[in-house]
Amino acid sequence: MNGRFKPITAVAVVFFVVAALAPLFVASWATLFALILAKGIVVLGIVLLLQAGQVSFGHAMFFATGAYSAAFWGKYVGGGDILLYIVLGGISSTVIGLIVGMFVVRYREIFFGMLNLAFSMVLWSLLEKMFHYTNGADGIRVARPGLLGFSFTPETFQYVILYVALVVAIAAFCGVQRYLESPLGHMLRAIKSNETRLEYLGTSARHVLLVGYVISAFLGGVGGALVSIIQQIATPEFGFWTKSGEFVFIAILGGGAHAFGAFAGAAMFETVRFYAAAHLADSWQLILGVVLIVIILYAPNGLIGLRQRDDRSKQGGH
Amino acid sequence: MANILLSAKGIKIRFGGVIAADGIDLDVHEGENLAIIGPNGAGKTTFLNISTGYLRPQAGTVSFLGHDITAHLPRTITKLGIARAFQIPQLFLDQTVMENMLIAAASLKGRPSGFKALSSLPEAAEMERLLDLVGVKSYAERKARELPEGQRKLVDIALALALKPKLLLMDEPTSGVASSEKLGIMDILTTALAKEKVTSVFVEHDMDMVERYANRVAVWNMGKIQKVGTPAEVLADPKVREQVIGI
Repeated sequence: MNGRFKPITAVAVVFFVVAALAPLFVASWATLFALILAKGIVVLGIVLLLQAGQVSFGHAMFFATGAYSAAFWGKYVGGGDILLYIVLGGISSTVIGLIVGMFVVRYREIFFGMLNLAFSMVLWSLLEKMFHYTNGADGIRVARPGLLGFSFTPETFQYVILYVALVVAIAAFCGVQRYLESPLGHMLRAIKSNETRLEYLGTSARHVLLVGYVISAFLGGVGGALVSIIQQIATPEFGFWTKSGEFVFIAILGGGAHAFGAFAGAAMFETVRFYAAAHLADSWQLILGVVLIVIILYAPNGLIGLRQRDDRSKQGGH
Repeated sequence: MANILLSAKGIKIRFGGVIAADGIDLDVHEGENLAIIGPNGAGKTTFLNISTGYLRPQAGTVSFLGHDITAHLPRTITKLGIARAFQIPQLFLDQTVMENMLIAAASLKGRPSGFKALSSLPEAAEMERLLDLVGVKSYAERKARELPEGQRKLVDIALALALKPKLLLMDEPTSGVASSEKLGIMDILTTALAKEKVTSVFVEHDMDMVERYANRVAVWNMGKIQKVGTPAEVLADPKVREQVIGI
């Protein structure tokens, strides 16, 4: 059982090592990799729900919750700290995930997806309209926080946040892997294949899905806090439905069958955006669109599925 | 007389114009293998669905060991000790047979962990014993999807046994299985049930199976119980022979 995961785990290790070392040679990659890791953490939550066969089209609400937790603290309290922001983002999105989750886990598939979308749009409207507290569409600037009492120059800070994101991403990746191999994780996957049998074994599928949903919301909030620190801003756009779509897009790009798909997808997405935006201005979406079409047509299991496809052809299979 | 495990009283349910249960009264005694026979559409599966909480009867009550379980949720009824095996095996197809079994074991224990590996559950040895008991141990590490139908049926039953039930309800345990395999499956099944001390109710169409393996037979017809008795009594009844068996 574990043997099946070994090659991909090796790829994951290589990825994390590259993320740690490459930016030491090219400074502009520090922010790029930090974003990849932070987005990857959010997408990990999407991949987790995909195990249960459910797609959330509203996960930007947790992303925005995490980002605004950091922003509000900076605006109203001041003296922020990276770790504090991450913890705040995680806690607030967990609480909101629990509340929203109690509603959405009663539904499946398109209804699950759309209800998530509806909840996220409520949050987005609140962020847009409550101008007095949120500055509306302008968003709130997130001043560069310190870490454990130290403060940094912008040059150092980009590395500090990169390594914090790296540590959090590795922890999230290992945690999710471990969860998916646990009884609860296996039950989550059982929802996809046979929910009726799960109930007939005496387990509440809703409860199992709620646990998965809350974990996924938590990851969204942590990733959101990190991105707001990296980009030094939180705007309502963080909670807009296109953002939710982007996370689902990345999950499909990377592949939903394994936790590493989240990071593989985020790496592809952010890298294309980083370079295409520099050279092709507004047409980077076009490139990503083409990439997605190619992925869906030729690698329906995403980037991480390419390897498995490769293995099969070596065995002479189809 | 042995203890009454399950007791249905005055069960009624209709779906539009179809009366699937029209005053069903039935007691299931501890330790027996009760067969339910009857023509298609007589309400046999409906009875199993009501007894396991999948359907709510419009009238009547079902009790199990003295507790009223009418319209309880399937998972609540499962926890009380009624397990179910399905006509079409209901497995977690993307997981291995052993993982299927361990999910059942974790379900029975309650409060499943989100951190410890499923494969490290202490129940693994017991699950392996059950798979061995129904003769599918060699498939333990295979994905449920890859198994032939007959083996899936046995895994489905092993999943039910993993719940340590007092009563097992089975919907056509040998349907969809080649006739050459039927006897083998029923032999394995009845031996396993006796060994685990599980009472069973099974819906069956094959009268050979009924004669061989049931202690008692209940004949369903048009939502009513037409006759209850030993297989010899029931199969000798001319009305049953004509209306149900079709001889």
